[in-house]
Amino acid sequence: MADVAPADPAHIPAAEVEDVELFHPQSWITRWVFCQDAKVIAIQYSFTAIAIGIVAMVLSWMMRLQLGFPETMSFFEPAAYYQFVTMHGMIMVIYLLTALFLGGFGNYMIPLMIGARDMVFPYVNMLSYWIYLGAVLILVASFFVPGGPTGAGWTLYPPQAILPGTPGAGAGIVLMLVSLSLFIIGFTMGGLNYVVTVLQARARGMSLMRMPLTIWGIFVATILALLAFPALLVSAVMMTFDGVLGTSFFMPAMISQGEMLDHDGGSPLLFQHLFWFFGHPEVYIVALPAFGIVSDLISVHARRHIFGYRMMVWAIVAIGGLSFVVWAHHMYVSGMNPYFGFFFATTTLIIAVPTALKVYNWTLTLWKANIQMTIPMLWSLAFIVTFLNGGITGLFLGNVVVDVPLSDTMFVVAHFHMVMGVAPLMVVFGAIYHWFPLITGRMLHHGMGVFHFWVTFIGAYAIFLPLHYLGFLGVPRRYFEMGETTFIPDSVQTLNAFVTVMVLIVGFAQLVFFFNLFRSASSGKVSEPNPWRACSLEWQTPDFPPGHGNFGKDLPVVYRWAYDYGVPDVEDDFVPQHIHPDKVKMKSGSGA
Amino acid sequence: MSFTHELAKKPWLADQGPDAGDHGGKTFPLPSEKIGLRIFLAVVTVLFSLIIVVYSDRMVLSDWRPLQEPWLLWLNTGVLIGASLALQWALVSARRGQIDGVKTGLWAGGVCTFVFLVGQLWMVQQLAAAGYYVDTSPSVSFLYMISGLHGLHLLGGLIAWGRTAVKMWRGQNLDELYLSIELCTTYWHYLLGIWLVLFGLMVST
Repeated sequence: MADVAPADPAHIPAAEVEDVELFHPQSWITRWVFCQDAKVIAIQYSFTAIAIGIVAMVLSWMMRLQLGFPETMSFFEPAAYYQFVTMHGMIMVIYLLTALFLGGFGNYMIPLMIGARDMVFPYVNMLSYWIYLGAVLILVASFFVPGGPTGAGWTLYPPQAILPGTPGAGAGIVLMLVSLSLFIIGFTMGGLNYVVTVLQARARGMSLMRMPLTIWGIFVATILALLAFPALLVSAVMMTFDGVLGTSFFMPAMISQGEMLDHDGGSPLLFQHLFWFFGHPEVYIVALPAFGIVSDLISVHARRHIFGYRMMVWAIVAIGGLSFVVWAHHMYVSGMNPYFGFFFATTTLIIAVPTALKVYNWTLTLWKANIQMTIPMLWSLAFIVTFLNGGITGLFLGNVVVDVPLSDTMFVVAHFHMVMGVAPLMVVFGAIYHWFPLITGRMLHHGMGVFHFWVTFIGAYAIFLPLHYLGFLGVPRRYFEMGETTFIPDSVQTLNAFVTVMVLIVGFAQLVFFFNLFRSASSGKVSEPNPWRACSLEWQTPDFPPGHGNFGKDLPVVYRWAYDYGVPDVEDDFVPQHIHPDKVKMKSGSGA
Repeated sequence: MSFTHELAKKPWLADQGPDAGDHGGKTFPLPSEKIGLRIFLAVVTVLFSLIIVVYSDRMVLSDWRPLQEPWLLWLNTGVLIGASLALQWALVSARRGQIDGVKTGLWAGGVCTFVFLVGQLWMVQQLAAAGYYVDTSPSVSFLYMISGLHGLHLLGGLIAWGRTAVKMWRGQNLDELYLSIELCTTYWHYLLGIWLVLFGLMVST
């Protein structure tokens, strides 16, 4: 229901939020390098995350070339393959997606969408980026140390992660653990900013239930990350002790390469519990911002208010809470107590309820809506379908009896790529097409955008649907090559070659996207302010793109939620959040 | 209006719109710094709680040998209590507008913390001299790790303490200093509490 009924302005009291003392850059260095403006920090985060993401993408090409055309990629050994797998996974999950959604979109969108001038602790926010950059550089450095980066798999399970014989078991794993620890410290600094800014620095009238769902997604994901990353930090510190100082937190007594090791009595299973206590919330740390952003994209580009806003908020909060009690569904074959499996299968099914609710609400938002087939909308629709696909295969893997035979097969690879790789990246792309005009003042090239979308969308399915089938056949993950395997037919190789070709085609589409980004930023079509006719505050700034301090002399006052689209009798089919009820332009003769 | 009460609102409905319009923009009537510190302490709590869980899990395995705590740990704990009390004194003095008490309390708090950290390093040296290295047994490994992580948190706190001390040295108004002193005191009390729990755990097992 649209809230355009004139309200008494006397209801709006003076703002309780103090106007912050803005950081004013004095030089080029403090304007663009050591800058405390959240928008600049967001761009720094995004560039760094995308740059390291490109490294991970190239690593995936190398892996697929080996799988698609074994025997022809003679320039790398099995050890290098494991290193590519490990670094691809870790970079994509932590250093690209987490950093991009929270450090990138979080920094840009939070102050603008809630009507604040900046984050509440700008200096700490700046430190957060530089520590993140340090973490990335240390990670990259591991490619150049003797033995190369770790090849232990992105889960870094002990004991093999630090045992001789595992690629990168020397300096590689230590640099990875140090890099992760730094990342967590940097993130904590940024995360405190995001949460406190959302809680304490909203514009007048911006009650929690008037916040755009983008902010809700980022807000709850940040809380998850703040509470989940300590588990990774503890496991990283303890494994560093095991690897460097010879302790036995996780390392049992064992013989390695014919020699009895000094370790004794440690529990590898303990590491797995710690890792997945972080690892499963991590899925939602990536997914919740995507849920929030896609809700806004759908609403804006379907010209319809989001269906069931309050349920959407509660679902985000419920998913966040439940994500802490499902971690051991990643460990059904680890040897843990089977009764644990029953408990975690149940909680996994329960978390599907609020998640399904969100899918229903996105679909119902689209129902009878005035859908604009813009590129952000294309990505949003693709996200819904892809997330649904990935979510359903998650129900397979969440059940112990189905998971056991599928464990460590390509089915698992297909599942998690669909649900937390492809689906969130579709939202990232949609969000970039949507907010690019806000950031640069120019539109992305439409033709290249359409090409990018269709090749990526069809290509992603051409890659990952066959991987589900390979998993059913029993093709294991993490194998450099299959060799002579009786239960795997020869046709698997043909399918693998097809998947590899599709990976390269999708990779080419990403190069077109990057070209589009750089070309449009300098010579794209100049955008009008608020080109998508959106209600939320980031489009209502006096300067376009928004300038230093975001909102000019006076902060905005909010009179409604961010979803007043398709409002009957209103002249322009939408009412921005900051327009005073008396100033809403009505159609002539509407009688309002 | 409480956080949960706000979640139940439907401000897009015409009859609830004016209520939401009353919203001044803040969720809690507290300075942002206090909210930030509380959230950070929640993160710290999770970190050390996980260590307690891991410690409890590890100690039931067959190779666990109880720790013979060095006597210096008791002394260091006493010094850390002293640091916390000194900062509390600074806070009470600030509340009463007594600048001399603030100065004494703040300096004493910082010095005690510094002594505690040096004492922890000395304790490590004592352990090593007695043949208890970090890899000697799981309980000794935990002592090294817990002391290290707790010490790093205190070192971080000393940065905030240093900023406060510099502001005081430059003669900043006591009203403006109050929040910084209060935040430092809260942090020190909290880290003392965490240390007492961890120390108790190590002593009792």
